[in-house]
Amino acid sequence: MNQPAIKRLMASAVRHLDGILLALLITLLAVSVAVVFSASGESGARLAGHLTNIAVAMAVLVVVANIPPHILAKLGPPLYALGLVLLVAVALFGEIRNGSRRWLPLGFTSIQPSELMKIALPLMLAWYFQRHEAALRLKHFGMAALMIAVPLLLILRQPDLGTSLLIGASGFYILFFAGLSWRIIAGLGLGGALLLPVAWNLLHDYQRERVMTLFDPMSDPLGAGYHIIQSTIAIGSGGAFGKGWLSGTQNQLDFVPERTTDFIFAVFSEEFGLLGVLLLLLLYLAIVARGLKIAEQAPSMFARLMAGAVSLNFFTYIFVNMGMVSGILPVVGVPLPLMSYGGTAMVTLMIGFGMLMSMATHRKLLKS
Amino acid sequence: MQSPVIKNLQLELARYHVRLKIGAGFVLVLAVMLVMRLVYLQLVKHEHYQNLAESNRITLVPAVPNRGVIYDRNGKILADNFSGYTLEIAVAKAGDIEALLKQLSELIEITPKHLRQFKRLREESHEFETVPLKSKLTDEEVAILAANRYRLPGVEVKARLFRNYPAGEGLSHVIGYIGRINDRDFDNLRESGKAPNYKGGTHIGKVGLEQYYEDILHGRTGFEQMETDSAGRAVRILSQTPPVAGHDLILNLDLELQRVAEYVFGDYRGGLVAIDPNNGGVLAMVSKPGFDPNLFVDGIDPATWKELNESIDTPMVNRPLRGIYPPGSTIKPFMALAALELGLRKASDAIADPGYYSLPGSGHRYRDWKKGGHGIVDLHKSVVQSCDTYYYRLAVDMGVERMHDFLAGFGFGAKSGVDLQNESSGLLPSKEWKQKRFKQPWYMGETVIAGIGQGYHLATPMQLAAATATLANGGTFYRPRLVRAVRHSETRDERPIPPEVGWKVALHPEHVAKIREAMVDVLKPGGTAVVAGMGAPYAIAGKTGTAQVVGIRQGAKYDEKRVVERHRDHALFVAFAPAEAPRIAVAVMVENGGHGGSTAAPMARAVFDYYLLGKKPEGVPIMEEYESAGD
Repeated sequence: MNQPAIKRLMASAVRHLDGILLALLITLLAVSVAVVFSASGESGARLAGHLTNIAVAMAVLVVVANIPPHILAKLGPPLYALGLVLLVAVALFGEIRNGSRRWLPLGFTSIQPSELMKIALPLMLAWYFQRHEAALRLKHFGMAALMIAVPLLLILRQPDLGTSLLIGASGFYILFFAGLSWRIIAGLGLGGALLLPVAWNLLHDYQRERVMTLFDPMSDPLGAGYHIIQSTIAIGSGGAFGKGWLSGTQNQLDFVPERTTDFIFAVFSEEFGLLGVLLLLLLYLAIVARGLKIAEQAPSMFARLMAGAVSLNFFTYIFVNMGMVSGILPVVGVPLPLMSYGGTAMVTLMIGFGMLMSMATHRKLLKS
Repeated sequence: MQSPVIKNLQLELARYHVRLKIGAGFVLVLAVMLVMRLVYLQLVKHEHYQNLAESNRITLVPAVPNRGVIYDRNGKILADNFSGYTLEIAVAKAGDIEALLKQLSELIEITPKHLRQFKRLREESHEFETVPLKSKLTDEEVAILAANRYRLPGVEVKARLFRNYPAGEGLSHVIGYIGRINDRDFDNLRESGKAPNYKGGTHIGKVGLEQYYEDILHGRTGFEQMETDSAGRAVRILSQTPPVAGHDLILNLDLELQRVAEYVFGDYRGGLVAIDPNNGGVLAMVSKPGFDPNLFVDGIDPATWKELNESIDTPMVNRPLRGIYPPGSTIKPFMALAALELGLRKASDAIADPGYYSLPGSGHRYRDWKKGGHGIVDLHKSVVQSCDTYYYRLAVDMGVERMHDFLAGFGFGAKSGVDLQNESSGLLPSKEWKQKRFKQPWYMGETVIAGIGQGYHLATPMQLAAATATLANGGTFYRPRLVRAVRHSETRDERPIPPEVGWKVALHPEHVAKIREAMVDVLKPGGTAVVAGMGAPYAIAGKTGTAQVVGIRQGAKYDEKRVVERHRDHALFVAFAPAEAPRIAVAVMVENGGHGGSTAAPMARAVFDYYLLGKKPEGVPIMEEYESAGD
C-alpha cells in the first residue's frame, strides 16, 4: 500500500468517529490510566497492560464504527447463535473457577461466552424487531422474551447471577424501546416482586450471603462483609476533596480488595473525594446523554433500539458497580466501565460505542 | 394526507422519543441515588470513616524494656539479660500440631522435656498467642528454621531477651526468678492498673527480689506507632516512644561471702542469715537446698517441677524467711537481758542448779540438759554453759506477758520487714494469743519451757539474725535490707536506699555489756561453742542452741536411716563480731544438725573470718569471673 492510500484510509476511518463521544471517552480513559496506576501500587506492568487494553479497545472502536448499521444488524443472528453454542459448551465442558462454571478453555486461552452475549443478545433482538418493524405484534415480544430467557437461564445456572441480570436488563431495554406496553411492564414488575421469595429460595448460599452482607456487613467482617466494609471506609474517608492521587491509605496499604478491577471506584473516591466522584459521574452522564442523543437521531429501528440499549446498558454497569462498591447493592462482580483494569470488558464496551458512532456517522452519510 | 405507514412510523418515533426521555429520567434517578449515597458516606459520615481508616492503618507496637540488672555489693552480676532466639509456635496458624512437632524434631533437636514444657505452656496460653517450644537456639538452628520456614506454618523464630542467673542455685531464694505472665499475674496487673506497661512483655518477677522489686526492675514499655498494611506487615514507623530500661539493683549482699557460707553449710538443710548490725543490710542469706532459678525463666517442665515440689528436702521453701523453728537456747541472751532490764535479777544473783526445776507445789521436774546440773550458776555462767534451770525459774518470775513484750522488742513474732515477700512472722506466744488460738488459758508449765525457747515460740532464721543484730548494736531494730541502692537506668545515678529503723529498744548499755561479755565467753574454753572460737583474732559474741524436732511426718517412702537422721535435733547458733564493735551478726539454723556448738557455730566462724579478715576456708571453689553477655 502506498502513502496516499493509507492517508485516504485513515481519513475515511476518522470520518466515522463521533467527535464529542470520542473526546468524552478519551477523557474518561485518561482518568482511568491515572487511577489504575495508583490502585496497582504504581506498577509499571499494570500500567502497560492497561494502556495495551486501551489501544486494542480503541482499535476495535474504530473498526466497528466503520461498519454500516445494516451490516451490524446482519451480524445479530450468527453472533447470537455462536453465543448460545458457547454457553451450552460452557455448561458441558466449562472450567470451574471459584465455584462456578463460567470459562471455556480454548487451549491457548479461556473465554467467557457471557461477555459475548452482552453484545450479541441486544444485536439479535434489535435485528429481530427491525425485521418485523412493519407489523409488530405481541407474539414478536413473546418471541423476543424467549430469546432473552434462553441465554439468561444458561448464565444463571453457571451460576453467575450478576451477569444474567445485566444481560436480562440489556434485553429488556430493547423491548422497552421497541414499545413494550406499559401494562406488560407493570405486570412484569408485579410478577417479579411476587416471585422474589421463590427466587430467594433458588439462590445459592453464597449469593444469599452476599445479599445478606449488604444489609449487615459487620455480620461477617472478615469474610463476605470485608469487601464492603473496606470499600465504604475507603469512600467515606476520602471526604469532600479526597486524600490526593497516590495517597489513599486504604488503597496504598492494600485494604481495598480487588482494587484495580471491581473495586477501583473505592480507590477513586478515596483519592479524589466527593468532588472527584461528582465530576466522574458527570462525565459518565455526558457519555450516556451523547448516546441517547445519537439514539434520538438514529435513522433505522435497529439503530434506535441498539443505541438506546447500549446507552442505558452502559449506565446500568456504572450504577451496579458504584452501588456495589458503596454498599447499596450486593457484590456481583461487575467492573466499573472504562475505569477498571481488564481487557474483555473494555473491548465489549468499545464495540458498543463503535456501534453508536457507526449509527451516528452513517446517518449523516445517508442524508448527504 | 400522509400514508398510514408513514403516519404509523411517526407515531412510533414519537413514542420512541418519549421512551428515550423516560430512559434518561431513569438514569437521572439512579444517578441521584448514587450521589445521595456518596454524600452520606463522604460528607455526613466522613469523620467516622476517617477514624476507621486511621485505625486500620495504624498499629501500636509495644517495645519491651530491658530488665534491670542485679549486682552484689561489689558489682558482681547476680541476674542479667542476654539476647537470643526462641522457637515459638502460633498454634492458631499451625494446623496439625503433632505433625508440625514431628517435622520440627527432624530438623533440630527437640527433647521430650521441650515437648512437655510446650504442652503445659500451651494449656496456659490463649489461642492467639505464640507458645515457646525451645529457647536459646543456636545460630545453626536459627539458620535451619529460617531455611525451612515456608513449609513450617505457624513456626516463628523470635529474638528475645533472656534472664540469666549466674549465681545459680545458691541465691535462688534471694534473687528468685522471672517467669511467663500467667492469668493470675495478668489479673493482678490489670487490677493495679499496670497492665498497659506490660504490653508485649512476656515475663514478670515471680519470687525473690525479682518479685519484690518488679516495678523498679521492669522499666517502662515504649511504643512504636507503625503504619501497617492489610496483612499486618509494617510499612513504616510513624512515631516512637522508646522504652526505658528497668533500674539496676545493687545489693548489700556479698557474693563471695555468700559462697563461703554456702560452702561451709555443706549438704545440710537449713538457713544462714548475716546482717550488718549498723544498718540492717543483709550480707548473706543461705537457704539449703536451693534450686536452679534458670529453669523457671522459660517455664519449667512438669517432671522437674514435680520433683522439686515433692522432694522431702523441700528445696522450694525459703528457709531463712519461711522456715520456722523453736529458737531453743539462742533465746537465753535475750532472756538474760530481760532479767537485768526488768530488774528481776542482778548479774551476781546465783542459783544452785540441781539439774532440774519444779514448779512450786508440783512434783514434775523440768530437766536441765546436763544431768546433775551446773552447780552454782549466775547470769554469766547461765549464758556460757547454757543452763536451762536458771531460765526455767527466770521465766516463771518474769511471766509470759513480760517475756512476750520484751522479746517483741527484738522483732520476734513479727515480720522483720526484709525486702522479700511471703515472709513468715513466726510465733511469739502470749496468753491472749493462746486464748484466741486454742480457746484455752495459759499454763504455768508453758512459761517454764518458753524460758529456754521451746514450746510455742517459733522464729525464722531472719528473725534470729535481726534480733541478734539488735542486741549487737545496743537496741536499734533495723529492717533487714537486701538492696543497698538502685542505679537509675538512664542517669546511672546510684540512689542508696537508706537504712530503715523499725524502732529502738531502750536498753542500759551496762546490761548489754554484761550479756556481750557472757556471749564472748561462750566461744572461750568452758563455753558451749569453744571449738568455733579457737584462734579467732577478734572477739566473737555468740550463743548456741539446740531445738528438739517434734513429730516428723511418718512418710512411708523414706528409708530408716533417713528417718533417724531427720529425728536429730536442729542445731542453732547466733553471734556477732567483733564483739566490742560489731560489724556482722549471724544466725545459723541447721536442720537435724545436732549440736549448735559443733555444727552451726563453725559455720558462723567461717563467715566472720571471711567478712572480717578476708580469709576463705580451704576448698571454697574459686568463682569463675562471670562475664555478662551484655544487653
